[in-house]
Amino acid sequence: MNASPHVALFATCITDTMKPSVPIATVKLLERLGCRVSYPERQTCCGQIMTNTGYWDEAVPTVRNYVRSFEDYDYIVAPSGSCVGSVREQHPMLARHAGDAGLERDATAAASRTYELSEFLVDVLGVTDVGAYFPHRVTYHPPCHSVRIAKVGDRPLRLLREVRGIDLIDLPKAEECCGFGGTFSVKNPDVSIAMASDKARHVRTTGAEYLVAGDHACLMNIGGVLHRGRSGVKTIHLAEILAATEEDAR
Amino acid sequence: MSAREEVLHRIRRATKDVTEPDPVVDVPVDWAYGRPLGTEDVIADFVEKVEDYKAAVRRCAPDRAADTIVEALQALDTKSIVVPAGFPEPWVTALSEAGFTLHSDDPQLTHAELNAIDAVVTTAAVGMADSGTIALDHGEGQGRRALTLLPDRHICVVHEYQVVSDVPEGIARLAPGLRERRPVTWLSGGSATSDIELSRVEGVHGPRHLSVVLVAD
Amino acid sequence: MNRRTPEPGSWLGIPEFPRAAKASLQDAEQRKNLTHATTTIRAKRVVRASEVPEWEELRTAAAQIKDRVARHLEQYLLQAEEAMTAAGVTVHWARDAADANRIVADIAKAKGVDEVVKIKSMVTQEIDLNEYLEAEGIAAWETDLAELIVQLGHDLPSHILVPAIHRNRSEVREIFKEEMGRYGRPAPEPISDEPSELAEAARLHLREKFLRSKMAVSGGNFIVADTGTLVIVESEGNGRMCLTLPETLVSVVGIEKVLPTLEDLEVFLKLLPRSSTGERMNPYTSMWTGVTPGDGPQDLHVVLLDNGRTNVLADPDGRAALRCIRCSACLNICPVYERVGGHAYGSPYPGPIGAILGPQLRGMGDANTRALPFASTLCGACNDVCPVRIPFTDILVHLRHKAVEHKTAKHPTGEQLLMKGAGWVMKDGRNLASVQLGTRFAGRVLRGKSLGPMPIPLASRWLQARDVEAPPTQTFRQWWKDEHEGGAK
Repeated sequence: MNASPHVALFATCITDTMKPSVPIATVKLLERLGCRVSYPERQTCCGQIMTNTGYWDEAVPTVRNYVRSFEDYDYIVAPSGSCVGSVREQHPMLARHAGDAGLERDATAAASRTYELSEFLVDVLGVTDVGAYFPHRVTYHPPCHSVRIAKVGDRPLRLLREVRGIDLIDLPKAEECCGFGGTFSVKNPDVSIAMASDKARHVRTTGAEYLVAGDHACLMNIGGVLHRGRSGVKTIHLAEILAATEEDAR
Repeated sequence: MSAREEVLHRIRRATKDVTEPDPVVDVPVDWAYGRPLGTEDVIADFVEKVEDYKAAVRRCAPDRAADTIVEALQALDTKSIVVPAGFPEPWVTALSEAGFTLHSDDPQLTHAELNAIDAVVTTAAVGMADSGTIALDHGEGQGRRALTLLPDRHICVVHEYQVVSDVPEGIARLAPGLRERRPVTWLSGGSATSDIELSRVEGVHGPRHLSVVLVAD
Repeated sequence: MNRRTPEPGSWLGIPEFPRAAKASLQDAEQRKNLTHATTTIRAKRVVRASEVPEWEELRTAAAQIKDRVARHLEQYLLQAEEAMTAAGVTVHWARDAADANRIVADIAKAKGVDEVVKIKSMVTQEIDLNEYLEAEGIAAWETDLAELIVQLGHDLPSHILVPAIHRNRSEVREIFKEEMGRYGRPAPEPISDEPSELAEAARLHLREKFLRSKMAVSGGNFIVADTGTLVIVESEGNGRMCLTLPETLVSVVGIEKVLPTLEDLEVFLKLLPRSSTGERMNPYTSMWTGVTPGDGPQDLHVVLLDNGRTNVLADPDGRAALRCIRCSACLNICPVYERVGGHAYGSPYPGPIGAILGPQLRGMGDANTRALPFASTLCGACNDVCPVRIPFTDILVHLRHKAVEHKTAKHPTGEQLLMKGAGWVMKDGRNLASVQLGTRFAGRVLRGKSLGPMPIPLASRWLQARDVEAPPTQTFRQWWKDEHEGGAK
């Protein structure tokens, strides 16, 4: 790795549109750690909303677009384990579905250059102490796709443990799904709500001020229930905590 | 087309993507069969695991075997015992002298008769330490399957040389008997169920008490 | 004619998964029972799996052995048939449930029996054998404790391993008190709700049936092709009773249950109990190879059943579902199953395995079956616990695609239009940017207010329990443009 790696940010459609503070924090963090960051404007989405709903033909163009958007970059970094999981596991499969061997090759190659944020920090940059400061009580929810598809392991926790001022509290039944599941939350709203409510209850028992996760979708789901219940617990993305510094706190 | 021909035809059609005719070449299996575990003390492990199922284990020297079998039976408040053919003669004598009522299975006892007998004593074929399992191959001293099923108490004599570390070695020892079409029964503790609230209850249909006499070599 | 066995519940009235799930969620007692049970068994499984250092190797080996069998199924089945026949077993083949049920009933009639004792078996649930026999005047008695609770309770099974998992001890007590006497020896009086007392009542009730029955029906966990050995794993000893005491034994076994050799058993007998009941080994395992003179049933039959399995086999992307050894680890770990229970899945195969097996066995013809692949958040917990490494989430997504193809084959649907729209938006950054003009406008109108409950189609399903932040007035794309004039480098 050279001293200042050139990173293409995959902002992901959901945070790009609905929660820009997450990709903004990602850019600030990566730049602070000495990376040169680019944002290929052609990029959109990983396509899993279509793929996981069963609309594969509709998802194939997003694979082509992903491959073209990021073809010039060695490191593609996204602040979402779910989107990274989709790029790795589903893009080659969709290319096969389209019967496009060239696309499958390119998608596999692009996937191998794609990192979830915590993976990039720990594995490529080799840091766990990113110089962050966040003097709050925080509990961490490990998003299912980060853990089981992207397989980021305990990297987010290793990063969080090094944050100065943080009071990190274990979340009961942390490994259990929050019930979002993309279109699951619309197709099976009652089960989804039951799961999200249980997760929110576990969050409240920790007494944390903030719930942190590496996927905005889970935070939107759990946070929506927490907000409706006037719990006072705020949600925050991993990138936002890692980007926070003592200067920000002043 | 007969059902047999039709099912086979469907299978052939369903697997037409498979081009390699040799299954072993087509799908290699990454597993070394028959390996022992690296257990330091296999016998101690066996005892611990069998006891973990709440089965009683009594260890004894060979010359104490008969007395230990008697003790095990007395501890279970037993009066009548079925003794399979081939159960060692000195032990049968000891049981008889201890005052138990002994039943032979020759001619075969009816199911109702067996059901009314308190206990069965048998030898075993193999012990598997890691899972605390005893295997019967229903040979000499072990009786036909009903004998170790209907009486409510089973006293099983296992020799230490019969105990292996784990299931793979156990299967390897049982394989010759299975190839001779012997029935095989594995016992891991007594009958049990967890069907109500997943709360374990020892003893449903099989013998509710399993007592193991482990004889040193 | 009066029925001889309790009339069971029916799968037919159960609505599509989302509606059935809603009803189940409202059953507070059942939710409590399920949470307790699944939490208990998950913890046991983790302990027992972690005791085995080569656990991951075992899972890989099991998947490979099962794939080997599936891909060469004809060869292994013929080998098993030959070995079983040579050992004195009468081998039957059944295309479907109708074939299998008829074969079993014909054997019973030929033997002149009007009742059979049964070992818990998923496959006979699948083909609804009990009701077929009932209609033929033959009483089929379930002898597994949980199956007995379901049968006497006029109920349906809701779990592969513990079919009465949705019942608690006091419910079981009521069922036993009320029903046992109608079908044999009544429950002792008085009887408490202690599981040990309830198990004792079942022991006494069933003992008379075991001692008098002339015929038993079982499933089978494994058939070893090279020796023709059948293997059944169980806990209570009811299986041994059925396999040992009657004169006639009929085992109905799915064609995917074959293993190549005796040695392969070592892999599965290490994996299955630890994954299933969370024990190092199940209390009893029975292996038999044809007829043993003077020991056990002298008339043995095996019915090899297809009933849709060749449909599963025909799909290389769904085929791995046939690896399943019915351990139920995927049910126990599944957050959806934990909250909803088994009945909502509309078949004896609930949970993740039901969601991938049901649609493949039965086809996508009806809406209830098509809904099953969507009954998952794709959280992937099932992938990790499966002892035969079934890639559940991949197969679920694959089946969703097939369900969509089926639904949209004749005419387009609203969902399809939405997805086509999303596909257009996401195929190029410029399209996404133009849509973001709309979200930014909405953000300006809402000025940071959260969205609460509102009667908008689809969105209302989300908003009924969750608030949503208003979209921001500035997207990241715009922020980047503002920060880095000139756009991408």
